[in-house]
Amino acid sequence: MSIDAPAVLGEPIPRLEGRQKVTGEALYAYEYRADEVLYAWPVQSTIVTGRILRLHTDVVLAMTGVVEVLTHLNAPKLADGDDGELLVLQSDRVAYRGQVVALVLATSIDTAREAAAALDVDYQNDGLDVELSAEHPKLYAPEEVNAGFATDSEQGYVDAAFATAAFTTDEVYTTPALFNNPMEPHATLAAFDGERLDVRDSSQGTSSVQQTLSTMFGLDPANVRVRSEHVGGGFGSKGSPRPNVILAVMAARVTGRPVKIAYTRQMMFALAGYRTPTISHVRLAANADGRLTAISHQSYTQTSTIQEFAEQVAEPSRHLYAAPNRLMTHRLAALDVPTPRWMRAPGEAPGVYALESAMDDLATVSGIDPVELRIANEPDVDPESGTAFSSRNLVGCLRRGAELFGWAERDPRLGIRRDGRFLVGTGVAAGMYPAMTSASGARVRALPGGRYELGVNATDIGQGARTVMAQIAADALGVPVSAISVDLADSTLPKGPVAGGSSGTASWGWAVTKACERLRSELAAGAPVPPEGYEVEVETSVDVDAMAPLARFAFGAHFVEARVDLDSGEVTMPRMLGVFAAGRILNARTARSQFLGGMTMGLSMALHERGELDAVLGDYANHDLATYHVAANADVRDLRVEWLEEEDRQLAPMGGKGIGEIGIVGTAAAVASAVRHATGVKVRDLPIQPDRLIGQLPPRFL
Amino acid sequence: MEHAVDVLPTTDESAATASAGPPTTRVTLDVNGSEHPLDIDNRMSLLDALREKLALTGSKKGCDHGQCGACTVLIDGRRANSCLTLAVSAEGSAITTVEGLADDEGLHPVQQAFLDRDAYQCGYCTPGQICSAIGMLREARAGWPSHATHDVALDGVVLDDDEVRERMSGNLCRCGAYVNIVPAVLDAAEGSAMRDAADSHAAHAPDVPDASVTRGTTAPDTTAATR
Ligand code: FES
Ligand code: FES
Repeated sequence: MSIDAPAVLGEPIPRLEGRQKVTGEALYAYEYRADEVLYAWPVQSTIVTGRILRLHTDVVLAMTGVVEVLTHLNAPKLADGDDGELLVLQSDRVAYRGQVVALVLATSIDTAREAAAALDVDYQNDGLDVELSAEHPKLYAPEEVNAGFATDSEQGYVDAAFATAAFTTDEVYTTPALFNNPMEPHATLAAFDGERLDVRDSSQGTSSVQQTLSTMFGLDPANVRVRSEHVGGGFGSKGSPRPNVILAVMAARVTGRPVKIAYTRQMMFALAGYRTPTISHVRLAANADGRLTAISHQSYTQTSTIQEFAEQVAEPSRHLYAAPNRLMTHRLAALDVPTPRWMRAPGEAPGVYALESAMDDLATVSGIDPVELRIANEPDVDPESGTAFSSRNLVGCLRRGAELFGWAERDPRLGIRRDGRFLVGTGVAAGMYPAMTSASGARVRALPGGRYELGVNATDIGQGARTVMAQIAADALGVPVSAISVDLADSTLPKGPVAGGSSGTASWGWAVTKACERLRSELAAGAPVPPEGYEVEVETSVDVDAMAPLARFAFGAHFVEARVDLDSGEVTMPRMLGVFAAGRILNARTARSQFLGGMTMGLSMALHERGELDAVLGDYANHDLATYHVAANADVRDLRVEWLEEEDRQLAPMGGKGIGEIGIVGTAAAVASAVRHATGVKVRDLPIQPDRLIGQLPPRFL
Repeated sequence: MEHAVDVLPTTDESAATASAGPPTTRVTLDVNGSEHPLDIDNRMSLLDALREKLALTGSKKGCDHGQCGACTVLIDGRRANSCLTLAVSAEGSAITTVEGLADDEGLHPVQQAFLDRDAYQCGYCTPGQICSAIGMLREARAGWPSHATHDVALDGVVLDDDEVRERMSGNLCRCGAYVNIVPAVLDAAEGSAMRDAADSHAAHAPDVPDASVTRGTTAPDTTAATR
């Protein structure tokens, strides 16, 4: 599909910035240059909690090339921007190991690094409390959980339903601390020109960074410009400003010179956010034909002592299946740890893992086929709100997946298929993710000669926003994509929401559609195009607020074949299939890549990823890419994606549901299901590393 | 220019790091066919020298510890992690970065294959993947076996999906583009232009026998597989 052809939404247009990315021309935040730039290097606490007694900055300041050392004693005071993690260098208190206690500024990277390592800090050490458990004495019920959902919800009588059920399950499922690890570490370049601040930030949304900087530094927002033209992945970890951008701006203010900062990979494990470990106690009760009579999902997660972050782990269990008796709760413990943050499909990734693992347990207990069990529990309306779904094609995904995967030939017996030294099995799980939309601005300008300039504050973090926004504009204007130039990821553009929650494309795209349609009709009505162009600017609050109150979700079904090595306990997946129903797919090429990327991260969550807490030091011990393994090329075999044609007129006008997250939701449950089918061993604590299986496998030679 | 950070990348020979203090060495780096005389802080990695001193920021820093492959460049035709290479030790070697792959005739076939297969998303691992793929294809042509090679006694390497996956596993991609990277690399291996193109910096390359590279399985086409 060429960008010169008449535009059609859905066509697999290649990424507009592709050439820059394969030639190395695309510039990421740290790569812009500035005269007289200083390199910033954070110094991190080596205690977990306590007070800074003394910082031996004199030694460091004496080093050639060191320009300044910022500490809580000399750093500018910041206003509270509603995020305790951003109040860096504001007090002598230490709240977790790895928190920033000083910032070294030097004329080269090597000097900055060496100086930071040379800074001695004396502490008063007040001990630590870092291990989450479902019995932790500090557990409490937050006022609400993330995204504004209710902490607890209850319908009917769960315990009574268990007393009369034909089949029940009652198990605990856990996921460990998981780290987003985008390949580009968090980075910022900040420069003041008088009162004007110019920032290049590795961020998923420049509007929110601009707003936070203005608030915290007391700057006129009109003087603050934030840009994120190319971003090397985020997966939620760049979804709000992180300490890097505050430190860079602070240092630029103090020194009067441009400052750049990049986290090391190791720093990211403390300073970039991560997915909280989760504990889910899930109980299911069903009647003889597998219809659920009760769903209970009680979740336990952690936050820090400086910022509340309550992951909505049990929230998806309110929507996936029907049952007359339901209980969903969230309990949170504020521990001496870095604040957990969003990581791809927060809430859904760990929550659906737990619920879908429980469904797999129920299938095993009841002897009902796991695909049919899910279909039997399909709700007519959203179980939580009682409202209709805008569209819901989970059954279609399951049926199509079963057909493509050859599910009908599956022998349900556990642990009976051998191929040499491998046990082989297949598994399934469902996935869902909310289709959200928020208000956005956009502007578009017609130029003489048939060219158009689109300005929308989207961020392209790899999902393909630049390309899809151009496609949406071209479609609305009835011109080829090549007639559109796109400006994005710049806070001087009309305000736009963050690239997160799988809501970016719908939110920005609605504004683009509206702007382009208005422009088109005004031009058709005879508006003249002067040499500088004819521009319209729109905002979509009214449109988004007017959306009908419906339950909107994307759905998916994962089918997985697992092979378990009897010698080592190692699991590999020769086949993985994801079938999705996500409204209209706006670009078949980039969408497929996003689904694959989500599934790949799901595979990685299922088999590899785990932050190993060192309970003595109070930190995650495996904080680098050698010891925290993310899926590598050889871990991924035959991964396939398909999607259903789904028309949903109750979404943003392009008709698409977000797809950035649905790919990871349910993957790990499908893997655990396949491993059980292969071996007869059900693993309920991720990841399914060899040690979880090796002692429980049959002998290789019978 | 209204703001300092608008300054476009330029070669920065002024070398802030050279201001008295840490020991420096005067070296000449041969990068993408050009000679660059530089005063280098002895501690500086080749990656930082490329990015901070020569404004060649195509080589990426993902870990600085040899754990991710984002910084992969070709040194005398062989792939290397530039974050693990001291800049001062690179004198006398021909260094090729992602910026040096395309020529007047267009993109390198591996670059083109990455575009055609959508073998990237955020693009941050991509330069390293591309340089690594070029080095890897050369290794395969030289007959170097890998963990995935079924019969090391055979002449030449049959590149199939498993061989590519194995040989490319030093380059992490958190966006999860592996499923597209594998066919992209195989496309490039298969392309008839490949032999010449992989040698577009042949002057830097060690002598490798032109062993046959055969494409094994057929990878699914990027776009046709979807509906
Ligand atoms: S930056 Fe060199 S291997 Fe990661
Ligand atoms: S394309 Fe983003 S890390 Fe590979």
